[in-house]
Amino acid sequence: MRKSRVETAAATAAITIEHVADDSEGMSYLSTLPQRLVNVYMPLLLIVIVLLFPFYWMVITAVKPKQQLLDLDQFNPFWTWQPTLEHIKDLLFKTEYPLWLWNTMFVAVSATILSLIASVFAAYAITRIRYKGAQTVGGLIFLAYLVPPSILFIPLSTVVFQYGLFDTPFALILTYPTILIPFSTWLLMGYFKTIPYELEECALIDGASRWQILLKIILPLAVPGLISASIFCLTLCWNEFIYALTFINSSDKKTVPVAILSAFTDGDQYRWGSLMAGALVGSLPLVVLYAFFVEHYVSAMTGAVKE
Amino acid sequence: MVARLFENRNFLGLLFMLPAAAFLLAFLVYPLGLGVWLSFTDARIGRPGQFVGLENYIWIMGDFKFQTAVFFTLFYTIAASTVKFALGLYLALLLNHHLPFKAIIRAAVLIPFIVPTVLSAIAFWWIFDPQFSIISWSLRELGWIDGNIDFLGDVWNARWSVVFANVWRGVPFIAISLLAGLQTVPPSLYEAAVLDGATRWQMFVKITYPLLTPIIAVVMTFSVLFTFTDFQLIKVLTNGGPAGATELMATMSYNTAILGGRIGEGAAISTAMVPFLLAAIMVSWFGLQRRKWQAGSDDHA
Repeated sequence: MRKSRVETAAATAAITIEHVADDSEGMSYLSTLPQRLVNVYMPLLLIVIVLLFPFYWMVITAVKPKQQLLDLDQFNPFWTWQPTLEHIKDLLFKTEYPLWLWNTMFVAVSATILSLIASVFAAYAITRIRYKGAQTVGGLIFLAYLVPPSILFIPLSTVVFQYGLFDTPFALILTYPTILIPFSTWLLMGYFKTIPYELEECALIDGASRWQILLKIILPLAVPGLISASIFCLTLCWNEFIYALTFINSSDKKTVPVAILSAFTDGDQYRWGSLMAGALVGSLPLVVLYAFFVEHYVSAMTGAVKE
Repeated sequence: MVARLFENRNFLGLLFMLPAAAFLLAFLVYPLGLGVWLSFTDARIGRPGQFVGLENYIWIMGDFKFQTAVFFTLFYTIAASTVKFALGLYLALLLNHHLPFKAIIRAAVLIPFIVPTVLSAIAFWWIFDPQFSIISWSLRELGWIDGNIDFLGDVWNARWSVVFANVWRGVPFIAISLLAGLQTVPPSLYEAAVLDGATRWQMFVKITYPLLTPIIAVVMTFSVLFTFTDFQLIKVLTNGGPAGATELMATMSYNTAILGGRIGEGAAISTAMVPFLLAAIMVSWFGLQRRKWQAGSDDHA
């Protein structure tokens, strides 16, 4: 029953937003179809084509047979009638690519889980326990979000070396949370704030501990926020480059973005096929994840910006 | 006694903050301080180093390579951020129209943001290939050019090419964030403006832009920050070349400290980014905030 109240509130909010969105289309009757064609559809089409072309080019190169790859005069480069899985097969069976993919996934998932646990506690403490100085700590966490990895990696490499983490997956699993925690704490704080305080008061009166409140009331209600935060964290980990490049040395411990750069840059004329296949296969898991959770992605992005 | 402690707000708060604080102190705050310290030493890989005062900074200030890197970092940030902002806002306005398949278009627009930068940069590397570039080929077929364009081998071509790749990657984030902002503008304002005979441009300047400034300020602050500290695109596309023309401060500090082993000097280069970074944040943050305030004061005048 308590839960339904929250849901109704959320539903009302959703309706208002939709209502606003609907109304903004109310003035489109002012422009005619040809006008809209020139002012809206054409530029939009052009932009979307430019934004998606590199991926098309990636796919087409990855499935082109070798002799067509560099012969631009005899074969139209934009299309191929003899698609081949040769490059992808080479990639999966002749290189350590599956291992790199596994490394990337292992590091990304571990770092995401660690960060989420830390962020849930931190966000709950800042928004709900409201200890002394909670506001300041919230601000400091936001500042931490603004510290870019490219000014941290040099001292961090000496730290990683001192702790004996150099060239182990832990070098990444323990450093990635510094990028993820500020972001996901900030995002979860936003979600926790929307959960009515009364729910917690009722539970406190019934004798629940803070731990029980967090586990049984707050977390179930914040599931959408947890999903948004976790898929965004996964994307950030997958994308991370500079730490992975600096802290990992041996080939069998590398992540996809780093490994692919060192593996296929040997000056082979036909390397483009394997490079594009590697880039394609490396992007696919994220694109699939994205396809399932588009709305969560958008809310994570805009949620973090709006605060 | 212990139970009492667990009811104390401050103690409980501290306990809950512990995991996050441990991570951030050990791997963010400590290295941040250590970086500043290292920049005042002559540390090398495997050797702690002695305090040398401002020597590293004096040395890099006089280094022509460093000056070029600072120039290009500024150029890269300003050029890419300006174009990203203009295109992102334009794209957001386009997407805010009533469109068929709007959800799919929006999802497609965001893909460059989802795909790992290194992997899309590799695709650009292939697109910018000196011999087999698809752009050169298309332009040749159209008869617009005779020879191939040397995208990454010529100084200014290389600079504009990496700016293009950066814009390509950054526009979706800005567009989708601004679109979210646009959707919160009450439509009744536009209806009132139309009744008053306002033109489209007037509506944009007097309604849309002022209402959007807070979100623009945040989005652009992030964008400037991430462009200034970019590393991946340059590392993949040009690795700083030709002849250091596209070297960013971040890539230069990597080359000096990790590849060259001169940790102290590299730390000085990356610490030198901090004042620029603070200035960039100030400009985009307060600059746009003041705009908002001015727009507000217009109403009272």
